[in-house]
Amino acid sequence: MIDVLLKVFADSARAAIGVQAAAYALAAIGLNVHFGFTGLINFGHIAFLAVGAYTTAIVVDLGFSLWLAIPAGLLGAVILGMLLGIPTLRLRADYLAITTIAVGEIIRVMVRSSAMEGLTGGVFGLQGFADEFFDVNPFSRGNYGVWDITFNERSMWVMTVGWALVVLTALLVHALMRAPFGRVLKAIREDEDAARALGKNVFAFKIRSLCLGGAIGALAGILLAFEAQAVVPDRYLPQTTFFIWTAMILGGTGSIKGPIAGAIIFWFVVASTEGLLRAGITHGWIPDWLLSSQEVAAVRFMLVGAILMALMVWRPQGLFGKREEVLIGAR
Amino acid sequence: MPVDPLAPDVAPVAPTASSRRLASVPAQPGVAKPDPILVVDGVTRTFGGLKAVDVAHLEVARGLITSVIGPNGAGKTTLFNLLTGFDTADSGTWTLDGVALHGKHPHSVARAGMVRTFQLTKALSKMTVIDNLLLGAANQKGEGMISALLPFLWRDQEREVVERADKLLDRFRLGHMRNEYAGTLSGGQRKLLEMARALMVEPRVILLDEPMAGVNPALVQSLLGHVTALRDEGMTVIFIEHDMDVVMGISDWVVCLAQGAVIAEGLPQAVGSDPKVIDAYLGSHAADDFGGTP
Ligand SMILES: Nc1ncnc2c1ncn2[C@@H]1O[C@H](COP(=O)(O)OP(=O)(O)OP(=O)(O)O)[C@@H](O)[C@H]1O
Ligand SMILES: [Mg+2]
Repeated sequence: MIDVLLKVFADSARAAIGVQAAAYALAAIGLNVHFGFTGLINFGHIAFLAVGAYTTAIVVDLGFSLWLAIPAGLLGAVILGMLLGIPTLRLRADYLAITTIAVGEIIRVMVRSSAMEGLTGGVFGLQGFADEFFDVNPFSRGNYGVWDITFNERSMWVMTVGWALVVLTALLVHALMRAPFGRVLKAIREDEDAARALGKNVFAFKIRSLCLGGAIGALAGILLAFEAQAVVPDRYLPQTTFFIWTAMILGGTGSIKGPIAGAIIFWFVVASTEGLLRAGITHGWIPDWLLSSQEVAAVRFMLVGAILMALMVWRPQGLFGKREEVLIGAR
Repeated sequence: MPVDPLAPDVAPVAPTASSRRLASVPAQPGVAKPDPILVVDGVTRTFGGLKAVDVAHLEVARGLITSVIGPNGAGKTTLFNLLTGFDTADSGTWTLDGVALHGKHPHSVARAGMVRTFQLTKALSKMTVIDNLLLGAANQKGEGMISALLPFLWRDQEREVVERADKLLDRFRLGHMRNEYAGTLSGGQRKLLEMARALMVEPRVILLDEPMAGVNPALVQSLLGHVTALRDEGMTVIFIEHDMDVVMGISDWVVCLAQGAVIAEGLPQAVGSDPKVIDAYLGSHAADDFGGTP
């Protein structure tokens, strides 16, 4: 039994430091710029990931270099930020929330449509656009890691780049938020009329926040697409947005380390609940009438939800959030 | 400034050079004044069937303290909202030093030099008291997204801003709360914070919406001294106040609104004894406030 548990632990640890976790950490850092620092409610973060990944893939597909395609992907997210922000950010906060929910799905449905098939590959997506990225892979063929936690050379390369990006963007956001720029964003989060009364162009700052967080989200999307060497529309389902929200809230909104820790924990919990349930079923610890292996995927997320709820009761401010701030909010 | 708790509520008005400037101006609604900084023309705002603001003409003298009084619901706050771009007027124009401000966004109005505070305070709760003040400073180089990443561009300016903020905090008795969250301040302290924050912008005209409401009397005294000092430094102060002692004590000029319109304006004593003003207040124990019977 011990070795089964150890195996589950190893798999969970793999998930917690893998490419998915790095990408979620990046995405959560971007969302944290929106929500944690500026108070913008973005329920369609997945749209930024999709636009980043698709733009990159399409630009390569059109015959350009990948190194040109990546900035194009980021630019795509910036443009999406403006398209989303310009009509909604002058209105009440809920308008942005509603619009983003819709846009998240619109992007997916659009790239998936047969009308766009020539450009986006329709339901099949686009493959093999990241060759240039793997051409410069410094890891030679083989498996890397310790004990049961190992990765092949491709994953190692994406992970290395991914976590490096996580650290770099976290430092970037940190620098921005301690500067007067970040002070204005936080003021907007607290009370945008107060910021206006002091001469701050709230609308312009919100647009910048939306574009910056969106571009960071796009980076996450590009990273995930590299790992898969593919962009496929059905990888950009709306629930991903809420997993990213979960990771951010778990770690603590408005903190720098929070989203990173949140993403790591989120993946650890997701992988370990699944691993334990599956091990339980194959070894007969969980009786058949209670749970069959087809139901694991669904039950896993119920468990994840319960664990996360417990965490939030225990630490409402998340892991790295400031407790005082939550208490002020409750006043 | 040391405060004597036994001092009378409000110090007697010292007739200053500035207030004498208006001595010869007749006490009539809409009267022209020498050297007005703010000129308001034909401003109206209706909410459904209710005419909340209907000001035909109003001039505010430069470098003086003008009080706006009037019963609850007279339209004082709404007038502030209109002038500072937080609400949109149905009609009307107004200029600050000859520059048209109607139709401008709130931040443009603030940048043009006219800053307001709110009747319902807007403390930025999850920011520290000092950060609340730092935010106020205008033209901060570090507010650009790129320049924010280059601290050498704004470090010196930031140091100056912090110095100015600390001085204001001490003046407003908030020095000991410097690093606390603004959300932990009391109601009165929030009023003080908001006023100090507005001053960080270094406006030419400051509009204070009931800045003394909820502030303890000893501190009111010192705040009034501070407001007078601002005036003496050349700032134009417009403030809404219900406490008639305060109004009589500090104002150079008083404007009375009722049902959205200016029904009287003049030197404090003149407005205080104007039967139209007393009439407007009737039903809200106005006669006691004015120390007389209508
Ligand atoms: N947003 C709004 N919608 C509808 N009516 C409003 C709105 N804002 C103000 N009013 C109405 O306009 C009138 C003037 O309100 P205002 O807040 O300007 O009064 P005030 O003079 O500041 O009063 P107080 O001394 O109580 O603060 C009131 O009758 C109020 O009900
Ligand atoms: Mg009012």
